[in-house]
Amino acid sequence: MTSQVWTIALVAVFGLVAVGIYGLLIMRNLIKLVVALQILAKGVILVMVAAGGVSGKPAIGQSLAITVIVADTVVTVIALALAIQVRRYCGTLDVRAISTLRR
Amino acid sequence: MVIETLVLAAMLICAIQAIRAPRLLISALWLAGCSALLALAIALLGAPEVGVVELSVGAGLVTVIFVFAISIAGEEATPVASLVPRPLAWVLMGLFLLLLIWLTVPGLVAPALHGDSLPFLRALWEARSLDTLLQVALIFSGVLGSLGLLAERHGGTTAPDAGAHPSHDKREATP
Repeated sequence: MTSQVWTIALVAVFGLVAVGIYGLLIMRNLIKLVVALQILAKGVILVMVAAGGVSGKPAIGQSLAITVIVADTVVTVIALALAIQVRRYCGTLDVRAISTLRR
Repeated sequence: MVIETLVLAAMLICAIQAIRAPRLLISALWLAGCSALLALAIALLGAPEVGVVELSVGAGLVTVIFVFAISIAGEEATPVASLVPRPLAWVLMGLFLLLLIWLTVPGLVAPALHGDSLPFLRALWEARSLDTLLQVALIFSGVLGSLGLLAERHGGTTAPDAGAHPSHDKREATP
C-alpha cells in the first residue's frame, strides 16, 4: 500500500470529522444530532485502520476499529431510545424547546 | 489509487448530504450510503474483515434502528435556525480541525515501527480477548438499556427508566 493512499484516507478522515463537528454544532433535532455523531465515529473508524496501516501494525488498528464500531452502535441505540423518550414526554425533538425547562 | 479516491470522495458527499437533508428519513438513508462506501473503502485499504463488520453493523443494523426510531418519533419540522450562529460554527470547526491535524499528523508521518505483525484474527481473539469480552458486555448492557428506555409506562409507574441508566453508564465508560 503506497503512502499516497494513506494520505488520501487521512484527508477523508479530516473531512468526515469536520462534517460531524459542524453537524453537532448546528443541528437542533435530536435524531439529526445522532446522525452527526455517527459521521464523526466513521471518521474515527477510518483513522484507526489508516493508523494501523501506517505504523506497520495493521492487526491492532483493525481490532480497535471493530471495538469502535461496536461501542458506537451501542451509543447510537441508547441515544435514539433516549430521543424517543424525549419525544414521548416533551412532545418535541427540538433541542431549544427541551432546554427551556418550562413545562 | 484512483478507485480509493473516488470512493472516499463519494463517502464525503454522502456525509455532507446526510447533514444537509431536511427530512430525517432521507438523512438516515444518506448516512447508510456513507457507511456502505466507508466499508468499501476500508476493504480496499486492506482490511476486509473490518469492512464486512462495518457493512453489516454500520450500514445494516444502524439504518434499521434509525428507520425504526424515526417511524416511532415521527418526522418533525425543526426550525432551520441553529443555536450556535453559523459563522461561529465554521470558526469552531476550523479550530477543531487544526487541533486534530496538529495531534495526528506528526504521529502518522513518523517512521513505521515493525514491531509485531500478528495475524488479524489472533490479535482480535487472543491478544485483545479482554476487549472482545467487554464488547459482549457492552452489547448486553446496550440491549437491556434500550429495552428499559423503550418500555411503555404501566399504570403511571416510572420503573423501567430508573434502573437502566446507572448500570449502563458504568459499562459504557469502560472501553
